[in-house]
Amino acid sequence: MSVPLAAAGIDPADTAWMLVATALVLMMTPALGLFYGGLVRSKNTLNTFMMCAGAMGVATVCWAAIGYSLAFDDGNGFVGGLHHAFLSGVGFAAHPGTQIPGLLFFAFQATFCIVTVALVSGAVVERMRFAPFLLFAALWSILVYAVLAHWAFGGGWLQANGTLDFAGGVPVEMGSGFSALAAALVVGARKDYGRQALLPHNAVYVLVGAGLLWFGWFGFNGGSGFGVGDASVLAFVNTLLTPACTLVVWMLLDLIRGRHVTAIGAATAMVVGCVAITPAGGYISPGWAMALGALAALPSYFLIVWRTRTRVDETLDVLAAHGTAGLFGIVFLGLVASEAWNGVGDGLLHGDAKQLLWQLIAAVATPAYAFGVTYVLLIVLGKLMPLRASEREEAIGMDIVQHGEEAYATGEGAILVTPEDGQKLPVPVAAR
Amino acid sequence: MKLVIGVVRPEKANDVLEALYRAEVRGVSMSRVQGHGGELERVETYRGTTVKVGLSEKVRFEIAVSDDFVDQTIDALCEGGRTGEVGDGKVFVVPLERVVRIRTGETDVSAVTPVDK
Repeated sequence: MSVPLAAAGIDPADTAWMLVATALVLMMTPALGLFYGGLVRSKNTLNTFMMCAGAMGVATVCWAAIGYSLAFDDGNGFVGGLHHAFLSGVGFAAHPGTQIPGLLFFAFQATFCIVTVALVSGAVVERMRFAPFLLFAALWSILVYAVLAHWAFGGGWLQANGTLDFAGGVPVEMGSGFSALAAALVVGARKDYGRQALLPHNAVYVLVGAGLLWFGWFGFNGGSGFGVGDASVLAFVNTLLTPACTLVVWMLLDLIRGRHVTAIGAATAMVVGCVAITPAGGYISPGWAMALGALAALPSYFLIVWRTRTRVDETLDVLAAHGTAGLFGIVFLGLVASEAWNGVGDGLLHGDAKQLLWQLIAAVATPAYAFGVTYVLLIVLGKLMPLRASEREEAIGMDIVQHGEEAYATGEGAILVTPEDGQKLPVPVAAR
Repeated sequence: MKLVIGVVRPEKANDVLEALYRAEVRGVSMSRVQGHGGELERVETYRGTTVKVGLSEKVRFEIAVSDDFVDQTIDALCEGGRTGEVGDGKVFVVPLERVVRIRTGETDVSAVTPVDK
């Protein structure tokens, strides 16, 4: 197999930044593991983190095998072709429309696929069995993420008709948020949901995780200009401004409604702000980015307040934090996008109503596809294997049941098992 | 007066509290303890180091009650704590010699009788 070699058209500065940005985005997945791990009960910490860690393996393999090709190969408007399957033809030559090697473009996009798969896990933590989750993650990364990435980034029907999505409001944020709702509905609520208080066990993890997510998001949004041009700088700076405004408004809402500014609320606000600016990063002015941050806090905040009073155990509120804020960002961008800032297109306020129309179409089609396919996928998987642990196992906690480890093992009462004891070593579950 | 000590599974602690509440038993202390009561040891592996963990996390309730409340308290511990599998725990009832309520200096039965607000 011949490797496409570096040709003219590779920019060293662009390449250098994109190498760093790729690593920054990869870090967002363990950061999400910390964020989610702190939000669950201590007996489920490892399992929750492992869903994120597992995604780093499974999603990358699927992305290299077929997902990248389905997303970025020319195909039809709905899905890409198979010419890049198993990285065929992905080498040092510049990716079309950029001045970075195709191989690097692939890796950057892979990190997006990973974190999106990890995001969906927030809906099913504390009760879904780990092996079915891995299978779900693999299939979801292909059937949902790759298809939506094609729509928005890979020349699919949304992009071809002019929908603007800078860094993944369609595939990443709305894709994960509305899939999470479907997953929560199919897998069902935790046995004690609505009966007992199920509280976060470590708010410090949650804050550290959110902080690292924000840090990584500079690579996520700042890298989505694929270089060091104006769009990247704008997106990078907006990634500072928007979450800051969301955070301020969220703290005020907390203060007014509950008389306390909560740490978990603040951590959530950082994520919501980063999500809101994701689709709009390189397209709107810094002033509008700040307005977006302030306004995007409202729907997410009140959806979280309302959701916890319902029977829907969408455990870590992926829909409110990602689906809703992503949808808000993608529509808001249709209002205030400014060609003077982005050189691409104007929104409604600058005289282009058609832009808003295509943003709205994306905001309807994406949730419908993500919800529908995830729902059917999990129903089918549920026919083949039990998706959730038994009530007994759920009570013990998923760390011990699914992984044979504890997050906070004390070592007290632990007896070392050595082969010399002549004892039969425990047989791994799969070999029984 | 008796001191009722119940050692139960941590995941059943909330059910026990609920059952005690329904039995109108107030005044409870609970602590996390480690214990072993004949249940199967669980096997954990950390980077190739395999261990059998013989001690399990348990929750220990201590409830001082007047004689009229002993049976209700025992029933609540059993109902709330039972799963039917080995390792559900035990209830111990021991006589109490003296009880003093620190705030008022009340002693014995009036000290173990909860205050109505």
